[in-house]
Amino acid sequence: MVLYLISVGLSVTMGLMGFVNLAHGVFAMAGGYVVTSLMSRWGVPFVPALLGAAVAVSLGSVPIERLLYRRLYGGEELDQVLLTMGLVFMSVAGATYVWGPLQQPLQPPPWLSGAIDLGVRSFPAYRSFLILCGAALVTALWLGIERTRFGARVRASVDNLRMAQSIGIDTSRLFMTTFALGSGLAGLGGGLGADLLAINPGYALQNLAYFLIVVAVGGLGSIRGPFVAALLLGIADSGFKYLLPEFGAFFIYTLTMAILLWRPHGLFGRA
Amino acid sequence: MTPSRAVEAFARRHRYHPFEALPWLAAVAAYFVFPDYLALGAQILATILFALSADLVLGYAGIVTLGHAAFFGTGAYTAGILAAHGWGEPITGLIAGAGAAALSGFLSGLVVLRTTGLALLMQTLVVATLVAEAANKASFITGGDDGLQGMEVWPICGWFHFDLFGHTSYAYCLAVLFLCWLAARRIVHSPFGRSLTGIRENVRRMHAIGAPVARRRLTIYTISAALAGVSGALIAQTTQFVSLSFLSLERSGTVLIMLIIGGVGRLYGPFIGVPLYMVAQNRFSEIDPVYWYFWIGLLMVLVVIFARGGVLGLFDRFRR
Repeated sequence: MVLYLISVGLSVTMGLMGFVNLAHGVFAMAGGYVVTSLMSRWGVPFVPALLGAAVAVSLGSVPIERLLYRRLYGGEELDQVLLTMGLVFMSVAGATYVWGPLQQPLQPPPWLSGAIDLGVRSFPAYRSFLILCGAALVTALWLGIERTRFGARVRASVDNLRMAQSIGIDTSRLFMTTFALGSGLAGLGGGLGADLLAINPGYALQNLAYFLIVVAVGGLGSIRGPFVAALLLGIADSGFKYLLPEFGAFFIYTLTMAILLWRPHGLFGRA
Repeated sequence: MTPSRAVEAFARRHRYHPFEALPWLAAVAAYFVFPDYLALGAQILATILFALSADLVLGYAGIVTLGHAAFFGTGAYTAGILAAHGWGEPITGLIAGAGAAALSGFLSGLVVLRTTGLALLMQTLVVATLVAEAANKASFITGGDDGLQGMEVWPICGWFHFDLFGHTSYAYCLAVLFLCWLAARRIVHSPFGRSLTGIRENVRRMHAIGAPVARRRLTIYTISAALAGVSGALIAQTTQFVSLSFLSLERSGTVLIMLIIGGVGRLYGPFIGVPLYMVAQNRFSEIDPVYWYFWIGLLMVLVVIFARGGVLGLFDRFRR
């Protein structure tokens, strides 16, 4: 579910804007760092810290988008790869410089550290909270992209950039907003999941493969896709690690391959 | 242009240009100018070969791969395991590494090359991860996390011993790189290479004129895997060590980066990008051991902004 929370942001930037954004994990990591710092150094409660992280990361991503990303829209994919990998490397060193090489601990607030008893059986509160957040986000995003004027504009610009410009959509600003939204989502996801995906300087590099897999399996530009993919891969992964601990990791990658062979555009991708 | 002049122009492209001697002269000169850095130099030469192999698939056939380390590592482990189990003859080791890598390239290519675009990228990444996971699990052969130890590489042709200062390694790597480069150049300029460029530029038209696209792609993927295997085997033999990092995503990523910095699809891109990246990495990590990543990252961002198409792309722009 954490993977979903982060990957959906990537799906937004990669799918909607057509930009190979390998630096997505950087924004997730930044979110995680903001949350842990706010909580441990200034004693901000969990939920405000999360919101703060989302806002801070999306604001912080705007100058990066203006200065760097915007030059490469519609450009060579390889240049995009180089640029974003460069950002990843810089983030690794930057995070080490500011926060040190150690992993940042997250203490979930008391109301999340216990278990919730639903009568039938009890569930760990933190994980349940994550799942609820994920479900809420999926609904909100889906409504936002499919049912609002903003979403319609985004989809129009993605499908046909020049046409969208000629009917008076300010695509440059629109992309900036979309990018900020995607990065904000990453920040939120990174913060929320800080307890499960440990926040450390190598975060963006270590988890890159997972984010990409979820997005690729789910389908680019889709909101539901990464949701289903993260759910499917997560369940399959833990299931097989439970059943066949020796071969757990093999299975999930083989599954990914099979799905991509069957549907190269992902489960919910548009051809 | 009259037909005969066009034919002439085409023929001229295949001939050796005096400029093509430059990287080789530089490499030979480096042997005498930087005698203290020959070990690094040998690594650079072997990595150039790795980047060259990636260039064949990426630059010429347009197959974007994030899993080339799989073949690099396969070659390295094959040569390494042979040397650790009593067969340290280097040249047959290279050939075995190339063969194993080519085989894995062929088998994975059968599956992976059915897709294109992002799916292809992910498939190659997944293959590399699977290979790395397999090497990790088979720790009784590969040494797992600790790396493969106890390699004993025999002298080349029973004559040239691998010395501590890397004189032999450097010359050995240079010779192998030169031979492989000749082969790669021949491939690129052959009709087969031309049809690869055609596939990169316009797959549909190549289908339409009846080119066996899938088979061509598989062939070049296998050749490239073999070259990557040679490169891995070279590094394994000269450093006498193989670890799981040989198979990592990071390795696949950095080779792409070095290639892009130099310039993709040019045969000479690796000769610029790899030394630039590796020397920069070496210098930065000496000056600033903790934060050298930052400076490498900055270098990459600057290349994208100011030197689109790599360093060689920059030269092109000045010439115009």
